[in-house]
Amino acid sequence: MFLTCGFPSPDDTLALMQTMEEAGADFIELGMPFSDPLAEGGPIQRSSARALARGMTMQRTLRTAAAFRESSTLPLVLMGYANPVMRYGLGNFFEACHSSGVDGLILPDVPVEEAKPFIEQATKHDINLIFLVSPLTPTDRLRQIDRLSSGFVYAVSVAGVTGAELPDPDDVVRYVASARKEVQSNPLLVGFGIRTREDVVRYASVSDGCIVGSELVREIERTEQAKGNVSERVRSFVHSLKYG
Amino acid sequence: MTYNAPDSTGHFGPYGGQFVPETLIPALNELKAAYRDAARDDSFQDDLSVMLRDYVGRPTALTFASRLTEAFGGARIYLKREDLCHTGAHKINNTVGQILLARRMGKRRIIAETGAGQHGVATATVCARFGMTCVVYMGAEDMKRQQLNVLRMRLLGAEVRPATSGSRTLKDATNEAIRDWVTNVRNTFYIIGSVVGPHPYPMMVRDFHAIIGRETSRQLQEQVGRDAPDVLLACVGGGSNAIGLYYPFLDRSDVRCIGVEASGEGLDGRHAATLTLGEPGVLHGALSYLLQDSEGQVQLAHSISAGLDYPGVGPEHAWLKDSGRVEYMSATDSEAVRALEQVSELEGIIPALETAHAFARLPDIAAGMSPSDIVVVNCSGRGDKDMGTISQYIQERDQ
Repeated sequence: MFLTCGFPSPDDTLALMQTMEEAGADFIELGMPFSDPLAEGGPIQRSSARALARGMTMQRTLRTAAAFRESSTLPLVLMGYANPVMRYGLGNFFEACHSSGVDGLILPDVPVEEAKPFIEQATKHDINLIFLVSPLTPTDRLRQIDRLSSGFVYAVSVAGVTGAELPDPDDVVRYVASARKEVQSNPLLVGFGIRTREDVVRYASVSDGCIVGSELVREIERTEQAKGNVSERVRSFVHSLKYG
Repeated sequence: MTYNAPDSTGHFGPYGGQFVPETLIPALNELKAAYRDAARDDSFQDDLSVMLRDYVGRPTALTFASRLTEAFGGARIYLKREDLCHTGAHKINNTVGQILLARRMGKRRIIAETGAGQHGVATATVCARFGMTCVVYMGAEDMKRQQLNVLRMRLLGAEVRPATSGSRTLKDATNEAIRDWVTNVRNTFYIIGSVVGPHPYPMMVRDFHAIIGRETSRQLQEQVGRDAPDVLLACVGGGSNAIGLYYPFLDRSDVRCIGVEASGEGLDGRHAATLTLGEPGVLHGALSYLLQDSEGQVQLAHSISAGLDYPGVGPEHAWLKDSGRVEYMSATDSEAVRALEQVSELEGIIPALETAHAFARLPDIAAGMSPSDIVVVNCSGRGDKDMGTISQYIQERDQ
């Protein structure tokens, strides 16, 4: 499950992470908010902007991660953009990830071409660096990305941004199944546009699991609008994705 | 030393590169290969030359500015008249090049981002010329400031989509254009409007504008018997008109290159002086100088000129700054408007607000030089599009 750190507010994220674990999440991907998140669709753009407006910082994100780690052994991965990480200082950042109990890092605007300094620091501080593959990634490149990735490989379901409408599900299944054959060294997880239990069952059958993010943000927004209980809604949404 | 940047991975020293989602990497590789082939293909170069001559109106004039020269009492001042290009600015040099490349690659749908609207108009224009579908992303705030250009794009058959996120200006329009490209990359060609973005864009856009500098050299030879001036002066937002002017002269250490950024309300207020006050960072696919806070969040730029109102700058400029080859200065909103008034009155040329920033530093530079010296100013665009902004500014100033 993905959630932007600082959303719906900086004080709520930690409790919602714990709720997601209780409801059956197998790992948590925590978003580091950025002003210009160019791989994100509307929901995660909005959650990121709101977190920043409410004063979210890199330090607070790392503290949230560390607080979660105190009471949980669930895998915890940070997702964000190159600039805030570089601004923090690569060495400092990976060291802080390690001491906060973070297991891995996803940087959607750092393809393998630009990854060398990131890989060096990740290796040094024992943090998994997770690269993405897309339906347009050629086969030999898939294998290269698999070799450079650690933790897992993130298969983007569709050429597009997070929360995208998925095309014909059979196309996605065919693509994921063929990528699964090439990715030998790592588990392959599928994300972007996955919303329902039906999606999860369909795509998990040809991969090692699914990542849901934008739809969770939408659920939280809808619950707020209806003045409902966000925590309860998150619990039931995650539970339904996992167990139907 | 021969100037030879970027390297094969698209880096200018430490700057540039390809900081984009994986989905775009195959498209950038395809573009790189197509551009390499086209650059060596005589028939492509012929098509480009014919379009630039018969449609854009090149070569543009090199005009001796006798009254500015007299007024400043120093170097002789020449203006490279990119304001005379079809659509009113240098931007079309690049859109003509990229649309020919898009056709060659079989892409039928064109997208672009625009700030002041000049690049959007230049893109919509070549799309109309070749019957291509055109979508232009423009910040909702910029659409208000530049209504005439929105109308022009629509008349040219383009769809103008407002970018409503963030500061609702060029930065956000560029985010939206990249998101569109990620989604529609199979059939869509993204015509970037400046020397920014992931490799190969900064190199390719520079190459398409380098005709500005090449013509300048030839025209100086014809007019004064020298193939290079002492000083080249241009405004810098993303930096496309400046790099186009400088590029053929970068190996000539006797040619001083100067870029002028927008310092808006002043360097201690809201500004867009990225090279002057920014620090290295990644935005829109490249590492370059960037206006950012201590957290690495991108800060909002400000300039009276929508075309300079951008918190980033082309990665080659970052490299040229660090290497000391180009000097970068800045001019405020009020300095730019005063320069615009002066050039209008003395030369009968109303420059764009962007261009006026270069003119604002001209008196200090020219006055200290001798009458045998030559300064070439890139008159990158004409000011018609800015009449609303200028009229409002002058009214408030003179109250």
